[in-house]
Amino acid sequence: MSESKEHVIPFRTYALIFAALLALTFITYRVALVDLGKWNIVVAIVIACTKAVLVVLFFMHAAYAPRRTRLVILAGIFWMLLLLGLTLTDYTTRPPATYGTTPGSAFNGS
Amino acid sequence: MERTGALFGQFRDLEQQRETASLGMWVFLLTELMFFGGMFLVYTIYRMKYPLAFAEGSRELDVVKGGWNTAILIGSSFTMALAVRAAQMKKRRLLCIFLASTMILGGAFLGVKYLEYMQKFEHHLVPGPNFHMNVADAAQVQIFFSLYFAMTGMHALHMIIGEVMLLLLLIYSWKGKYTGGYFAPIENGGLYWHFVDIVWIFLFPLLYLVDLHR
Repeated sequence: MSESKEHVIPFRTYALIFAALLALTFITYRVALVDLGKWNIVVAIVIACTKAVLVVLFFMHAAYAPRRTRLVILAGIFWMLLLLGLTLTDYTTRPPATYGTTPGSAFNGS
Repeated sequence: MERTGALFGQFRDLEQQRETASLGMWVFLLTELMFFGGMFLVYTIYRMKYPLAFAEGSRELDVVKGGWNTAILIGSSFTMALAVRAAQMKKRRLLCIFLASTMILGGAFLGVKYLEYMQKFEHHLVPGPNFHMNVADAAQVQIFFSLYFAMTGMHALHMIIGEVMLLLLLIYSWKGKYTGGYFAPIENGGLYWHFVDIVWIFLFPLLYLVDLHR
């Protein structure tokens, strides 16, 4: 039986990740109270991604998963970045007349 | 296909069986990622278009309740991870305790969410004929609240499904079904629960913390 290959992560690791996630939640709240201009959203996303990576690697055991599983996870994330990235390249490069800050200018389906 | 102990007949060994189960669960979770991804995309496009309305809408949300709910949900992920660990170590009582803790924390999250929703109804912030806000761009703020209800609503639905799943896992665990070496349902249930946690990790800053400093 290959049961011995089973990886039981020590309680300490889980507790550390839990503490880190709580700390990052507090940090993201405190940073939101400071005016960083355009960087507020960047910091918020970076912290959220860090938390997500910690959950995926340790709580979801991706750090101990076989390469095949990890490849599938990365492919999925890549696919979602395609969805976000390619759509946004369209929206962010259209002239303001069709997509901009003027209310009601876009989405009218001209 | 005969089953010998924890091993189902179609697999070579327990390791292959476990990897197959978790790979299948990951593929399902990636379809979920695309599902939520679409909503995050719509959110991004409208936030770029109406940044001020999103800030006005966001300030109407209860940051304290949202923050505590984030902590509660992270706590539930922690207990869920410990439940999987208990199943690995074949400790039935510990497994049941951690599954029950996860259920209680998940229930607490949904309770706080219910209070928040009630508040929104009372303050006329639910999109529709009763929506009312004393700002020039109230129509655009409605877009924010439509997305708020769609995204947190879908998240809450996943939580409710997760609670039913946890209840079933708890019943079977109590009967000792998952502490004999086979615990794929516990592991996959854990993956699902953590995924729902990750969705909230992104929802919290994107909905509650827009331009909070102003």
